[in-house]
Order: sequence, then structure tokens, then C-alpha cells
Amino acid sequence: MSAALETLDSVRAITEGGYKWGFSTDIDMDVAPKGLNEDTIRLISARKQEPAWLLEWRLRAFTAWQGMQEPHWAMLHYPPIDYQDAHYYAAPKKKVGPQSLDEVDPELLRMYEKLGIPLKERAILAGVEPRNIAVDAVFDSVSVATTFRETLAKSGVIFCPISEAVRDHPELVQKYLGSVVPPSDNFFAALNSAVFTDGSFVFIPRGVACPMELSTYFRINARNTGQFERTLIIAEEGASVSYLEGCTAPMRDENQLHAAVVELVALDDARIKYSTVQNWYPGNAEGLGGIYNFVTKRGICRGARSKISWTQVETGSAITWKYPSCILAGEGSVGEFYSVAVTNNCQQADTGTKMIHIGRNTTSTIVSKGISAGRSNNTYRGLVRVMPKAAGARNHTQCDSLLIGDKCGAHTVPYIESRNATAKVEHEATTSKIAEDQLFYCRQRGLSQEDAVGLIVNGFCRDVLKELPMEFAVEAQKLLAVSLEGSVG
Amino acid sequence: MLEIRNLHARVGEKPILQGIDITVPDGEIHAIMGPNGSGKSTLAYVLSGREDFAVTDGSVTFDGVDLLTMAPEERAQAGLFLAFQAPVELPGVGNANFLRTALNAIRRARGEAEMDAATFLKLARAEAKRLHMPDDMLKRNVNVGFSGGEKKRNEVLQMAILRPRLAILDETDSGLDIDALRIVGDGVNALRSATFSALVITHHQRLLDHIVPDRVHVLVDGRILRSGGPDLARALEAQGYAQVIAEAA
Repeated sequence: MSAALETLDSVRAITEGGYKWGFSTDIDMDVAPKGLNEDTIRLISARKQEPAWLLEWRLRAFTAWQGMQEPHWAMLHYPPIDYQDAHYYAAPKKKVGPQSLDEVDPELLRMYEKLGIPLKERAILAGVEPRNIAVDAVFDSVSVATTFRETLAKSGVIFCPISEAVRDHPELVQKYLGSVVPPSDNFFAALNSAVFTDGSFVFIPRGVACPMELSTYFRINARNTGQFERTLIIAEEGASVSYLEGCTAPMRDENQLHAAVVELVALDDARIKYSTVQNWYPGNAEGLGGIYNFVTKRGICRGARSKISWTQVETGSAITWKYPSCILAGEGSVGEFYSVAVTNNCQQADTGTKMIHIGRNTTSTIVSKGISAGRSNNTYRGLVRVMPKAAGARNHTQCDSLLIGDKCGAHTVPYIESRNATAKVEHEATTSKIAEDQLFYCRQRGLSQEDAVGLIVNGFCRDVLKELPMEFAVEAQKLLAVSLEGSVG
Repeated sequence: MLEIRNLHARVGEKPILQGIDITVPDGEIHAIMGPNGSGKSTLAYVLSGREDFAVTDGSVTFDGVDLLTMAPEERAQAGLFLAFQAPVELPGVGNANFLRTALNAIRRARGEAEMDAATFLKLARAEAKRLHMPDDMLKRNVNVGFSGGEKKRNEVLQMAILRPRLAILDETDSGLDIDALRIVGDGVNALRSATFSALVITHHQRLLDHIVPDRVHVLVDGRILRSGGPDLARALEAQGYAQVIAEAA
């Protein structure tokens, strides 16, 4: 058998072998009735004991959403989503306090155990072996445990579930919520604004470098429950923070809708680094099931010399619709987007970024690595827009696609709009296949076929992986391995 | 000890090797010479397990074990090394990282402990120095942006580090200037021992001035037409293949 055929074969075997993290925990849920209407939104708001202004905000978003059409410009194909056939709120019934682990449902702890991700959440949650990573574990819609809060509080950093921030820091939430992604920004952002249930809130005050990496692990657990996370990160003047987000999800047959919104705000000289490793259930080898991931992530470099850097490793989900973007308003501000997107079997990804240059001397860098295997389709879609006042703006885009097998597709759709003659915009793109002679070369040196694929793929992605924080880089390499090379040969 | 018996192989429907017999005892270096298209590189690929070639008859044993049923990586782990005529580029893969991964894959397969990064780097630097290669070639990506000569030297560096039992050098001399030729020759000679043997495939006699072979085989149209000592290579250079072919006919 030829090496390419074997690779195809093994790639096929990976998902047929089963999704490693597919399981579902049996915790008594408090679930809202199916359907989406004003009552649903009032119920969510009431359950979360929200102030009146937020309920009004949600209802306005809902009204806007009702007048909007689901977007279909992306290179994605899926059956129509019945938004009335889902639950929009689910919370563990048993009251679990974030302070005491004794109150945490043992089922939940067992779930963390089964996850087996090398992140020591369990140790952290159990209060042993503390390390410099704060974990705000989101279990379905309600945050159940938050750690390291005290260390962070000492430096003035606020890191908590957004529902808590609404209660404890309403002035901050009200000031910034929706300021980067307005409720009526797009169909999925409007939906999220109407029904978001939880997410993280981070506030780094002026001049503070956050003393640790912040990480949140999202889990989707309730059957047929859409997940609508809302994350808001604010870095004041001179502040800096690195935020890590990672996900695995239980296996199930129904497609699950996920529509998160992440907003980042960077003031003068502030730096925000946002890293994602996304490994939600991609569906089975025939394309049955899997997460529909419609995400709006956007940051604004509001201040001069501020910097926002997105790094993402996307290996999961049946459908990925995601364009983490930077609005470069502040003079000399910097936007970065580093992305690895892997699609296999019947997965579809349409992902990229938008860099909007508004301020003078703003710079942006885009490095996108798309890997397609099986019968999947992988699209890079990116916009670089230079506004009239953005004199001296610079962008460099590097967009590479790697194909494994001959039934997959890679597509590159760059949009470049420059309205300032002094701007420099560069776009480079390559498409390549893992060549037989590369595989043979590696095997002749003693590497197994699967190690050879892993080595070549990791080499292909190196420019992105090196941007990840250490803790994630290791996990990301493993993920690439699981997604592509798992049982080669 | 490598024993090739009546080896037939083809690519697609086209027969390339048509009954080859060569025995390379431990510690010996054999040269294979022949005109273009005679099957020299095919022999190298068949021995190292490339799947584009179908073996239709004959056998190859390596230390008494049937080589032809082994996967390419198993052959490498057993000590077979191919210095490629056209080494491939591996973008994003650091040369040192690649070499250490390969070395440890081989060591693992043999039940030996893996070599840590520091020890490996010391070894790699020493070998690179012997081959007059600058340190930064270890840091660069495998063969990416290497000149033809650098690629060939990189193959010899890999060979020096992986320490094979049997090395097949497929036209390693092509594209090398005189100095590089000598360096490569020195690199191979440094490995000479009772437990190292090699098949040196070449067009020209000049590499064999540096690597003096124990035996020379002349391969024409997929068959060994003549075998002899080092003198045969010199005779070939002087008289050309046509003469040798005519004599054999």
C-alpha cells in the first residue's frame, strides 16, 4: 500500500476508534423548557438574579436577533438549525459552592478524572499541588469552582464568572459589555447576547502584569443544551495578561449549537494574549453529530501602543465559524493572529481573522496554518482593512495549507481593503501535500509512519505552536497527534 | 552481512532489476557503478523499502533476516541507512530535533535508553565539526535552503550520528566539489570497522579515490555484468562502460 493510502487509512481509523473524551456525566440538571422567546430570557435573567439593565440589554438583543438572518456566506454546509428545539438554560441542581470542594458533586470530580487532560485541575480543585495557573472551570452554564482568586485579588486582578462580575462589579460590566461586539453585531452574537449564561470576566487594573496565566476550561455537558459563553477581558493602561482557553466535550449524536462571544479591551500600552485549544467533539467518521461552533471573538486595541494577540489551535467541532479579530484604533497598536486549524473526516472549518487598521502606524501579523484530511474542508477567510487615517499601517499575512489525502479541500479567501496609500499589506499563501518522499525519508531514518506524519505536521505548524504558552504547546502537539496521526500504519 | 540473491524488481509494469546477486560481508565496502538508468537507485530504494517498487523474485537477507518483509523504519532500526541522492526538505522541522528523534526511535526499537538533549547536542556538534559543517546547520530546518553540497554533507552527518551497520550511499558524490568530496570520503572512512559495511553507488571513479572499495560491481540493465577489485573502477573510468559491456557480451 502506498504511504498516502496508509495515511488516509489511519486518519480514518482515528475517529472510528472513538472520541477519547466522549462521555456524559449524570448530574441532576435544572433545565429550562425547550424554545427561545422572551420568557426564556426572563427565566435566565431571573435564575441568575440579574439587575434590570441586563435583562433589558438581553431583550433588546433578542429583538435584534429576531430581525436577523443566519449568515450563509461561509463555506459551510449543514442542515437548518431549529432554534426552538433546544434548551437555553441548564444548571446543576445541587448547589455547589466555589469555595469548598466538599460541596462539589462527586460525579463532577469523576468527570474531571475521566478527562485525563494533563492540567491538574483535579489537583488544583482538590487544593493540592498549587501551581501558577488559575482555573475557572465552567461546567455547563454555571461556574462551579474558582481558584487562586486570592493571589489575583492581591494584585487587584479580578477573575471571576461573568455572572458574578455582574453582581460585584456592575459598573465595569455595564461599561464594557457589548462595547467591542455590539449585541446586534451579527446573528450569532445577538443570539449569545440574548441568552448567554456564563463565561469569564477578567479585569487587569492599570500598570499590573497579571501574576499568572489565566485559564478556563469549558465543558458542554447537558444534552441538547446550547452553550453560550460570554467572556470579557479588560486590560487597563500598561496592564498585561495571558488568557488560556481549552475545551473537550462529551460524545453525543445531536448537533450542539455553540455561539460564544469574547470581547477584549486593551487601553494604552496594554497587552492581551488570548490562546485557545479547541477540541470539541467533531462528529463521527460519517459526519454524524459534533459541535456547531459559531464564535465571535474580537478585541479592540483602544489605547496607543497596545497589543492584542490571538493564538488558536482548532482541531474539534463539526462546524467551525470563527474569526478572532483586532480593531487597531490606538496609534502604533499591534494585532496578531496565529492559527492552526485541523479538519478531518467530515469536519468543516471556515476560520480566519479581521484586522481593522484605524490608527496611525498600526501593524498586524496573520499566520494561518490549515490542515485538511479525510473528506474535510478547511477555509481561511481573512480581512485586512486599512482605514483612511491609518497612515503607515502594515500587515503581513502568511497563509499555508497542508493536504493529507486527495478527498479533502483547502480554500483561501483573503480580503484586502486599503484606503490609505502609505499602507503596506503583504499576503503570502502556499498549499502543499505531505509528500510520499517526505514520509519515506523520515521512515528511512527509523521513524514510524505516524511519528513521521506528526513530525511533518508539527513542523508545518511550528510558527503558530511557538506562540502558545508552554502548558498549551504540549497539549496542542498531542492534540495534533490525536487528530491526525493517532493510529497510522 | 548483506546477501542479495537473484533480485528482480519492477516499477509499474517495467522490470528494472533483473536478477542481482551481491554479497557484502561485514566490514567491506562495495561500489556499484553503472550508466544512467541501469537500476542503481532502484536497488537502493528496494533495499531500503520504498513502496513504489515491486519485488517480483529473489531474496535479500540482512544478518540472516529477510529484509524484504520489513517496513522501512524496521530496516532503519536494524541498522540500514540510505544516504539519499536527493534529500528532501522538511519545513519547520529542526535538523537537530529530527536527528535526535530518529536516533531515539532507533534506540527505543533496540531496547536502549533514549539520549537526552544535552548529550545528543554534544555528539551532533562534534560530528558536524568533523564534517566541517557550521553549527547553525543543526539549528536550521532539515535541508531547507541547503545547497546541494550541504544536503549531501547533511546525509553523511546523519549517517555518522545514527551509526548504521550498513550504509547505502546513492550518488552522494554528485554535485560535490573536490573539497566536499574529500570531506564526505573522510566521513565514510571514519566509520570503517569490522561491523560497518557499505554499498557506494556512483557514476564516477573519483569518489572511489577517497573511499577505496573492497569490491566493485558493474550494473547494466538491471544485471551485474562484472565484479572485481578496485582496479575495475579505474578500468571503467579509462575505457568507459561500452567496453565493459562489450566484453561481457
